[in-house]
Amino acid sequence: MLKQRRFLIETLTAIGLIAAPFVLPHLGFAPNTVNRILVWGLFGLGFDILFGFTGLLSFGQSAFYGTGGFVAAYLLTRAGFGNVLVALIIGMVAAAATGYLVGLIALRRTGIYFAMITVAIAQVFFFVEFNPLSDFTGGENGLPGVPTPSFNLGFTTLHFTNGWSLYQFIALCYFVGVIIALRIVRSPVGAIFSAIRDNPLRATAVGHNIHGYKLTAFVIAAAYAGFAGGLLGVLQAFMPPDAFTFDTSGQLVMQTAIGGRGTLFGPLVGATVWLFLQDFLQSALGLGAAWKLVLGVVFVLLVCFLRGGIIGGLADLYRLASGKRGQTEAETETEDSGATQQPAPAPLQAKEVEHPAYSGPILKARGLTKRYGGLVANSDIDFSVNQGELRGIIGPNGAGKSTFFKMLTCEIAPTSGQIVFEGRDITGLKVTDVCQLGLTKSYQVNQLFTGLTVRQNLTIAALAELRGKFRLDLFRKLSSVKGLTEQVEHTLALVNLARRADTPVSELAYGEKRRLEIGLALATSPRLLLLDEPLAGMSPRERVETVKLLKSIARGRTMIVIDHDMDSLFELVERVTVLQEGRVLVSGTPEEIKTNAAVQEAYLGGVHGEIAA
Amino acid sequence: MISWPNLVSQLFNGLALGALLALISSGLTIIYGTLGVLNLAHGAMFMIGGYAGFVAYQYTESFIIAVIAGSLFVMLLGVAMERVIIRHFYHRPHEDQLLVTFGLGICFVEIIRLIFSSQSQLVPPPAIFQGITNLGFMFYPTYRLAVVGIVAIALGALFIILYRTRLGMIVRAGIEDSVMVDSLGINVYRVFMVVFGIGAMAAGFAGIVNAPVVSLTPGIGDDILVQTFVVVVIGGVGSFPGAILGGLIAGEIISVTSMFNPGYAYVMLFAVMTLVLVVRPHGLLGVQGRE
Repeated sequence: MLKQRRFLIETLTAIGLIAAPFVLPHLGFAPNTVNRILVWGLFGLGFDILFGFTGLLSFGQSAFYGTGGFVAAYLLTRAGFGNVLVALIIGMVAAAATGYLVGLIALRRTGIYFAMITVAIAQVFFFVEFNPLSDFTGGENGLPGVPTPSFNLGFTTLHFTNGWSLYQFIALCYFVGVIIALRIVRSPVGAIFSAIRDNPLRATAVGHNIHGYKLTAFVIAAAYAGFAGGLLGVLQAFMPPDAFTFDTSGQLVMQTAIGGRGTLFGPLVGATVWLFLQDFLQSALGLGAAWKLVLGVVFVLLVCFLRGGIIGGLADLYRLASGKRGQTEAETETEDSGATQQPAPAPLQAKEVEHPAYSGPILKARGLTKRYGGLVANSDIDFSVNQGELRGIIGPNGAGKSTFFKMLTCEIAPTSGQIVFEGRDITGLKVTDVCQLGLTKSYQVNQLFTGLTVRQNLTIAALAELRGKFRLDLFRKLSSVKGLTEQVEHTLALVNLARRADTPVSELAYGEKRRLEIGLALATSPRLLLLDEPLAGMSPRERVETVKLLKSIARGRTMIVIDHDMDSLFELVERVTVLQEGRVLVSGTPEEIKTNAAVQEAYLGGVHGEIAA
Repeated sequence: MISWPNLVSQLFNGLALGALLALISSGLTIIYGTLGVLNLAHGAMFMIGGYAGFVAYQYTESFIIAVIAGSLFVMLLGVAMERVIIRHFYHRPHEDQLLVTFGLGICFVEIIRLIFSSQSQLVPPPAIFQGITNLGFMFYPTYRLAVVGIVAIALGALFIILYRTRLGMIVRAGIEDSVMVDSLGINVYRVFMVVFGIGAMAAGFAGIVNAPVVSLTPGIGDDILVQTFVVVVIGGVGSFPGAILGGLIAGEIISVTSMFNPGYAYVMLFAVMTLVLVVRPHGLLGVQGRE
């Protein structure tokens, strides 16, 4: 679909747009219909970045479509502004600014809350346009008399008036829109967008400020909507007030889902189907008002049975036909380094130490306590780990080991107590910032970006370390991020997944997923790595391999490992801390722990009376 | 102009609208809380309740039968919808659930438009509630007063179902922790079906009760759906008391603002929602951790 050669999609788009005026009339498309399809397609480019790539389903895009449209139309009609293109761009900026403000509110919540808030926002804009601002927007009359663009080139004047002449202008706008959208989805930011869609929790944990990136996607979508709204006015020579209605948002959502989300071209395909069917059903079949019902039914069926929409369905067919599987997707199109295969990697270096002078224990926790209501998960834990140490933590189920880890990485805030990482108090920091400082963990239950390939997964983690938690390099190619390829390849080799690099996560075996889980944490180059049950669920053979893997990654970094497999753990670590009922029971070398009576009591005769597997 | 009787009458209007919104939002919120599905066709359920009642009224001329028929029809529609379609979406992402219910909502609206056209239809209030009542200090349409009472009774019934029955206990437990309920050996899928039916019925009931106040059009549910969202965001998703509180707040805001300028009703509603989101992101009575 969106892959293979450089500029392939750009070239194909250009060819398609140039060919359209020669082909489409024979298929019964009037130029005006084609122009409307392009406006919807442009509107949808931004929306697909928001919904298809970032996973944020907004039902409020009409607010920005209308804002951009009316700002541009007002400038061109009432304010006597002459330059159509500049007016469109001002409209786009106004919509983007509105999007920023609205995003600040709507993105306070996620999931269905986000959807509900966007619906409410769209409705507010509709009413504001009709009432308080009707002096500027013409209320229910809209703004008539929007001029068409003309460009004075000195020797001649290009005037795009209507029909196929206006098509040239709109098609050019759409083409520029496609190029920009492709750059964005192929940039590091685009990669992080899909990480947010797949697993926002992990995207946060590997060190990305996902709120900032979500807001970015929201503003991008608003900007596209604003520009498209302006074009609608130009196209119709009239800015219709119904651009602001909820129906506009709904139609955009439906067209995108019909065409195929996450493809950029889905909205264009969806709009084509929509406008064609509307025309066909109304005039050819004489269905009258029932056309919308037919489209609604088509839409529901597509959502039920063809999640990827028309483009997704075609892509599946193509893959079935050609027998290819597990192809790389466009959004993280890394430079193909297959030809320049790296030699066996040296052990991955941990992040540069910020204060090289610091030489005390890398991590110190004092009086760490976590209460959930009356339940005390952790109580007054004092804990200290030295630089380069390999520490194990064991304890019966419910001893509070995972809670302890979550507090150390600042995923949850302690009720009381203090955590010091490399001499710096990190209590109360966010998990993203802590990861950026060089402390992260792998999860007990896999937290992977399930829709992406192994390489893409590691790329996302490595990007956090190489680019910091937030950066707007929207037009940079992923392959030009310094050190990214090396770091990803190193990690791939280290967790022994190099041969599976381009396999989607969903097709990995469990043991491989487990190794990728560790790889995700590792790719952020932490100086202190916490591993929550890295051996859980593995077969004995996989355990032996993973212990070997852990030993190799322990070189040059500090690690703390929780596991129930004591044989493996005791072989791996230098010291062991035993937790029981939220407290530190005892600490010592594996030998001391093995023979410690209190530990045996805790596991065999204690309150829990269970033997950990 | 603004006068005391005018203000009081708007406050009453707000109470009636608020009670209706509370009932509709309760339906939406218990469905979401239990099944994890936000039903974007909930507004269409409200609308269909009105039309089903309208049809029943035309045949029987009895308002009570209209109310019963309207509610039951929507309940059955909800059950059918859950059985045939929603059921297959429990394990799909939220976006897909939103898309499919949104699409269903459009289908419902268009079906009604095909059958009844876009013209508005009227259901007269029952004979005993016709006319106006002298409240001593002002006159007020009797049926609107009755709406408050009728909806209060419905909310009471819903309260009893939720807090005094075994089903309600499961529903409330499911809102707290659906995985846990699942593992207790309760047939969650049957519960889901019943909850979807009850939730839809709440909307349908509100739809027919509201029909004599405003005339019926196929698009009547769209506005209500948006208002319901605001109610749920203000009150907190999954909270029955939150839906009631949010409903009353939203109803009063819309009514009182409309007295000055109807154009600002949504702006005010939105301003309050924003305020709640900033101060209490999980809603006034919502519980943290539920997304």
